[in-house]
Amino acid sequence: MNPALTWNLPEDVRQLFVYPFMVNALAAGTIVAVMAAVTGWFVVLRRQTFAAHALSVMSFPGAAGAALAGLPLSAGYFVACGLAAGAIARGSRTADRRDRSQESAVIGTVEVVGFALGFLFLSLYGGVLENLESLLFGSFLGISTSQVYVLLGVAIGALTFLAIAGRPLLAMSLDELVARAGGVPIRALEIAFLLVLGLAVASTAQITGVLLVFALLVAPAAAAREFTPDIGFGVALSVAIALAVTWIGLGLSYYTNISVGFYVSSLAFGVYLVARLRRRIAHPFGDRPRVVSIEPS
Amino acid sequence: MRPAGRAVADRSNNGRAVELRGVTATRAGLPVWHDATIAIEKGEFVAVLGPNGSGKSTLLDLLLGLLRPAAGTVSVLGAPPGDRGDAIGYLPQRHGFDATTRIRGTDIVRLGLDGTRFGLPLPWQHSHREKVDAAIELVGAAAYAHRPIGECSGGEQQRLLIARTLISSPQLLLLDEPLDSLDLPNQSSVAALVNRIRHEQQMTVLLVAHDVNPLLPYVDRVVYIAGGRVLAGPPHNVISSEALSGLYDSPIEVLQTSDGRLVVVGLPEAPAHHHDRHDQP
Repeated sequence: MNPALTWNLPEDVRQLFVYPFMVNALAAGTIVAVMAAVTGWFVVLRRQTFAAHALSVMSFPGAAGAALAGLPLSAGYFVACGLAAGAIARGSRTADRRDRSQESAVIGTVEVVGFALGFLFLSLYGGVLENLESLLFGSFLGISTSQVYVLLGVAIGALTFLAIAGRPLLAMSLDELVARAGGVPIRALEIAFLLVLGLAVASTAQITGVLLVFALLVAPAAAAREFTPDIGFGVALSVAIALAVTWIGLGLSYYTNISVGFYVSSLAFGVYLVARLRRRIAHPFGDRPRVVSIEPS
Repeated sequence: MRPAGRAVADRSNNGRAVELRGVTATRAGLPVWHDATIAIEKGEFVAVLGPNGSGKSTLLDLLLGLLRPAAGTVSVLGAPPGDRGDAIGYLPQRHGFDATTRIRGTDIVRLGLDGTRFGLPLPWQHSHREKVDAAIELVGAAAYAHRPIGECSGGEQQRLLIARTLISSPQLLLLDEPLDSLDLPNQSSVAALVNRIRHEQQMTVLLVAHDVNPLLPYVDRVVYIAGGRVLAGPPHNVISSEALSGLYDSPIEVLQTSDGRLVVVGLPEAPAHHHDRHDQP
């Protein structure tokens, strides 16, 4: 294969679909972008970026272990993230609910072991550097058709959960005590969301690599939040940003042979930067009004 | 003990908003307060006072049905606690949304109506626009309700949160320290606002506070919790030298300034053991 960019854009786009592996990559990228962008909107709202980071790190030993055991890599991602999500859910119950620093300490400690284990598995597997690079920084090569179907199934499950439980999840993220008094099953939703987050991370890592998961999981949602406080529009914008970043990133990677993770991350960062600058220009003196309004009642 | 006939009257709609008889509250097996008997008539404005950790939020948890009494009976709007959850507006103690919370005030108010409901919120159904607007109008928050709530001041946030409790047209409002993080002018104006709304909407209000003075012009009854005991009655009976000295078991003086404000002198240090929810694991 030796695709070359021409000045003919429709022809360039057509070339993208010539090879089945590239069609699979585009399909998987699209599925993952939608799931990560919607899940990520809740991650940003709930300030669970650190938990998401821990999950992405834990997917590394999962994938490396699967390679060592001769199992499909995606099985390794999903099992490792599922187990890690369960562990974080358990840890956050024993820790003081209001003391997030305890939770971060547990997560931080577990991350180190996870990363070390990943390296161990990979060096036992044969220590090929290319493997390490594609696990950490992503690759669009070798995404099988069955992998696309697995990703599709997982995404439909995760998005269905968020569609049905999104509103109570939003309410409890903003005010847990009110939601609890109103009968929202706080604990069950917390655990369920962590598991969905685990699935989203495991899926995203298969495209962006373990280290660049946030390019699709956090950056689009964070940028969308800077653009609009509207909930529905914010989620939709997050999805749109993630899709654009993924498609353009895959296209550029296809033509330049530079890792897809690099392009997706840089583009996502660029969008976030624009969002921040735009808001800074709109509100040059910060967000909070300095004048306290007192109205007679 | 009251005559048995009262118990029947309590079941009817004309009965009391809140009634506690000989209630003992415990958290994690530890006693918080004991043998409390409180009767709150419908439409009353009640201030719940007491030092930190004395169990003011515990009282609200009992009324919400989140905590079972260790002894005694609790009745809320003529039913066991928890049964009339849809008729209660609850505002927990909080320290405000910070600037990174980019959710609009209108969306937060709306969650008071459907925030506990599962199901896909489709944009073309149940916008509840009129109810949201009416609740926001009631608290006078229309000017900033469309801004992200994190960008609103403490007083503005508190008004929006009160609007959230009002949107479901509750009969009973439970407000946990809504004045806590506000400056003095905002404290009086939020207290006046709550008073106006309870008259307009004919609601019963229980408001937990540290300082009774912003509330004094409006309250019908005071519930004072200290040292494991609960005292309830008209404000000037409860906040008096005799009553508080008895409650704290040490000499306390209540002075009245020329403008009618009450100053309590001689309060002992806060108790060494705290039972408030903030100390719960």
